[in-house]
Amino acid sequence: MTEVVVIRTGTANLASVAAALQRAGRTVRFSEDSADAERAELVVLPGVGAFGPVVARLDELRLRDPLTRRIAAGRPTLAICLGMQLLAASSAENPDARGFAVVPTTATAFRDGLRVPHLGWNHITAGEGCSLLADGDAYFANSYKLDEVPDGWAGATTDHGGTFVAALERGPVLACQFHPELSGAWGQALIERWLDTAAGVV
Amino acid sequence: MLLPRVIPCLDVAGGRVVKGVRFQGLRDAGDPVERAQAYARQGADELVLLDVSATPEDRGNALEVVRAVRRVLPLPLTVGGGVREARDAEILLEAGADKVAVNTAAVTRPELLDDMARIFGCQCTILALDAARVADGWETVILSGRERTGLDAAAWAREAVDRGAGEILLTSWDRDGTGDGYDLELIAAVRAVVPVPIIASGGAAGPAHMAEALAAGADAVLAASILHDGHTTVDDLKRELRALGVEVRR
Repeated sequence: MTEVVVIRTGTANLASVAAALQRAGRTVRFSEDSADAERAELVVLPGVGAFGPVVARLDELRLRDPLTRRIAAGRPTLAICLGMQLLAASSAENPDARGFAVVPTTATAFRDGLRVPHLGWNHITAGEGCSLLADGDAYFANSYKLDEVPDGWAGATTDHGGTFVAALERGPVLACQFHPELSGAWGQALIERWLDTAAGVV
Repeated sequence: MLLPRVIPCLDVAGGRVVKGVRFQGLRDAGDPVERAQAYARQGADELVLLDVSATPEDRGNALEVVRAVRRVLPLPLTVGGGVREARDAEILLEAGADKVAVNTAAVTRPELLDDMARIFGCQCTILALDAARVADGWETVILSGRERTGLDAAAWAREAVDRGAGEILLTSWDRDGTGDGYDLELIAAVRAVVPVPIIASGGAAGPAHMAEALAAGADAVLAASILHDGHTTVDDLKRELRALGVEVRR
């Protein structure tokens, strides 16, 4: 089990994600296929850009239901940045667009007067029950955020004019608002823990 | 709280790192992959790679450099130089950039910023703004400083952000490569009109200059000459910044 499937969500920084997985000794296959999305052993769901266009693209590719089922079933999945916000029901970024609603929440904007985008390194604190996430400094690039760790998930938080969700985990499903692939040795170690944990459950 | 970033900048031509003074007199400053790895080990927070190739043939070399740096770099990588349209940005993203900086092309066709923000997101759309002092402020200069535009730098920064730029790489043309310190008034003037992060560039000779730029409103500081010449390391810069009361990533 050395292959990781990276879902082609659009023009994301896929090369960076692939490079981090390759540094961890994995081979990477990009895919837009629904069977991969639901059944592949290891799936990374990256995402940059805007909420609305990305969910529209996933609908066009008929990936919404396979991905939602995959995450609900607890198959090893790493969602990154916008990929994490897709788990929410909706986003203030594009209020008419529908997320996967795996977590019953809405992504909100940062309040006025703050640096936006929230771009750079911020300290994250891992909450109770985290087994993958650890305290450390992570690299973020986001203008929207989830405000609370939902029931049934463990999570890490950070602060930018108020606390928000840095990452969520539930078994081998890890969703990061930050970019682990760009978060130095700490981020690389997190990716490797996810790969190891995933290996244990498949 | 966002931590201030220290960002080494690699100007690349002919597959090598080069560096000049006021954008001129380029000299060799090493292998880009080796430099990238060294700076990452030293604790760099991010890397900027500017393709300063003179010829279209050399653009291919620069793309190879981006790919090679990406393979080893677990940090954010901003790439700029020669981006004319959204497709050019896409090629750089596919090669391994996380953010794409645009300069001259954004001035001549500002819609490029709208296009990039729409397709790739504003966090991926970086305005590189080169500013030269004039009697009543700063003028935007393009084509590596060869052409003046008549555009007020602060007003242009504001327009660029309205169009979708998510970060500004702000270079003082007057200070670039001189070691005289960043142009603090320029940083403050742009800070006053935009909410996005500012990377201060041009003139750093050491940590005291960097601390000043951060206090003036920059979120990150770019450094090239002082690192390439071996005068200091990112480690040392960060240690000295901490001693000056600036909290930086360990």
